[in-house]
Amino acid sequence: MNIKLIADIAKSLLIARWKQTLVAAVGVTFSITMFITLLSFMSGLNEMLDSLILNRSPHIKLFNEIKASKVQPIDLAKEYKGSHHFIRSIKPGAVRLELHNVRSIINTLKNDPAVLGLAPKITTQVFYNVGAIDLTGVINGIDVEAENKLFKFNDYVTVGNYMDLKNIPNSIILGKAAADKMLAKIGDVIQVTSPNGERTPLKVVGLFQSGLVDLDKVNSYASLSTAQKLLGKPNTYITDINIKLKDINRAPALAKSYGVLFNVDAEDIQTTNSQFETGSSVRTTISYAVGITLLIVAGFGIYNILNMMIYEKMDSIAILKATGFSGSDVKRVFVGIALSIGIFGGLAGLLFGFLMSAGIDQIPFNTASLPTIKTYPINYNPKFYMIGGVFSIITTYLAGLFPARKASKIDPVVIIRGK
Amino acid sequence: MDKIILSAKGINKSFHDPVTIPILKDINFDITKGDFVSIIGKSGCGKSTLLYILSTMDTDYEGKLIIDNEAMLGLKEADLARVRNEKIGFVFQFHYLLNEFSVLRNVMLPGLKLGKYSEQEVEHRALEKLKILGINDEALKKPNQLSGGQKQRVAIARAMINDPLIIMGDEPTGNLDKKNSVIVFDIFKELAHSYQQTLLIVTHDQEFAASTDRIIEMEDGRIISDHAKVRA
Repeated sequence: MNIKLIADIAKSLLIARWKQTLVAAVGVTFSITMFITLLSFMSGLNEMLDSLILNRSPHIKLFNEIKASKVQPIDLAKEYKGSHHFIRSIKPGAVRLELHNVRSIINTLKNDPAVLGLAPKITTQVFYNVGAIDLTGVINGIDVEAENKLFKFNDYVTVGNYMDLKNIPNSIILGKAAADKMLAKIGDVIQVTSPNGERTPLKVVGLFQSGLVDLDKVNSYASLSTAQKLLGKPNTYITDINIKLKDINRAPALAKSYGVLFNVDAEDIQTTNSQFETGSSVRTTISYAVGITLLIVAGFGIYNILNMMIYEKMDSIAILKATGFSGSDVKRVFVGIALSIGIFGGLAGLLFGFLMSAGIDQIPFNTASLPTIKTYPINYNPKFYMIGGVFSIITTYLAGLFPARKASKIDPVVIIRGK
Repeated sequence: MDKIILSAKGINKSFHDPVTIPILKDINFDITKGDFVSIIGKSGCGKSTLLYILSTMDTDYEGKLIIDNEAMLGLKEADLARVRNEKIGFVFQFHYLLNEFSVLRNVMLPGLKLGKYSEQEVEHRALEKLKILGINDEALKKPNQLSGGQKQRVAIARAMINDPLIIMGDEPTGNLDKKNSVIVFDIFKELAHSYQQTLLIVTHDQEFAASTDRIIEMEDGRIISDHAKVRA
């Protein structure tokens, strides 16, 4: 009953001053709209930029690094056991690039519950022979299906069908920039020289664009068997295993344990791409800061309008108190006004924010380096809407609280006797 | 002996800014149910100050104030508000109606706040009060569409809505012309005599005071005379 009465009084005061109220509500609406739009757009961009690298990067990469042996011959000599040596100019030994026991590593990983999937890979240096010129390049031998499933290979194949790589023997998908340099089109046969000097003709079945032109200048893809043939190696020859985990955050710990378990080098994504997380979090922080600043400014608007309303309504407040409304009733009336401005303004803001981000989502955004992106990226994360909603209520509540407390402390005697 | 509903015992009040000036000095009197009392005195004699202390709105005083056997000193703000809501009705010099609400709603507000009756009942009672005051035809108008006399009658109806023990008036005819003053005064008289409503009216209008049943005269913060007329 009491709550209803107070809501009724608040409503009447609101309607009586609907123009001012509207201005205050529009302030909240505007700030929430911008908050939602800004965060959706910014985090959409963040996600896109991150995925540029992260989607295509394995969470853990197993490989053999070329490096000096940890155990030098002198360490094996009995008389120097436990001593420290100072041998300089140690050179890396002849390391076999292929992984040992690939079959059992793959089987173990496939049965590991933490692993989402894995893609074996062969990476090798080659020369593309274009007439009299040799261009350096890198051929990635991949398991086409696994690569597509885990690293969205198909998204980056802009010309041709990626499955041809598997179905057509001795085929290659060239980086767009490399193909441009070689003037190669689909269906052309190009010559490739492997590190051991053998020259092999490969048929171009597609072009890919990774978004990083430097990468596209040198990289190209072939199937695992084509790469093995190119190098003259047996079909157990695998140089890398790329692993995707169910939980990316476990990558550093698992990388360490896999490294020990399989006696290989293991690199996790956090170590190789730490700069991306930093960039993302800084951009997100800036967006939040701007959004919250807007809301606080809107809060000051509400504060001013309520203050004015209280000065105008001194008489009404005095008579309400004289006829038995307590200070806290009066406070509730004004907090109620502030909150309704916050709730309605906030809801409208969430709606407009959604519409505005949906609008931005429709704006074409074509860039040569991002073949999969056709419009500006937007992240419709419900989290932003929740934060926006909660913040609009908190700021308007605080903005209303101070004027409301002032109203509750008005002494009716001073007002009534002052007449 | 009728029931004592309001009792002031040794009330003193001083203003302390910039120097201590006593405003009220040792005020003692009782009001029994059905009294029609007026407080008169010259401007600045402390009569309005006394009224606001008796109304519980001013809590800065010494002495004892007892309303309906309940001591007011030391009660919390919310409790005092409840006492005002339930037991005291006010009519001021200015009407203090809320222009955002209809006349009817204005009268209903204290009743809704009390919450003793349902909204329909409060509305019904408000219409009855307006009828007593002869302004039930204006119930759905906004206060700013009424004349000064009508507004003051609405304010009286608002004071009556919770059937208060006592209605207090601070120069209730002070803003009205002669004709409307007479109407308002006749209303008070009818309330006192026909409905046994207790009334305490502060006024400087001798003519008004002369027709009340009991006159308390004040000067320089003291009661200098307090005599009841024998009812004719």
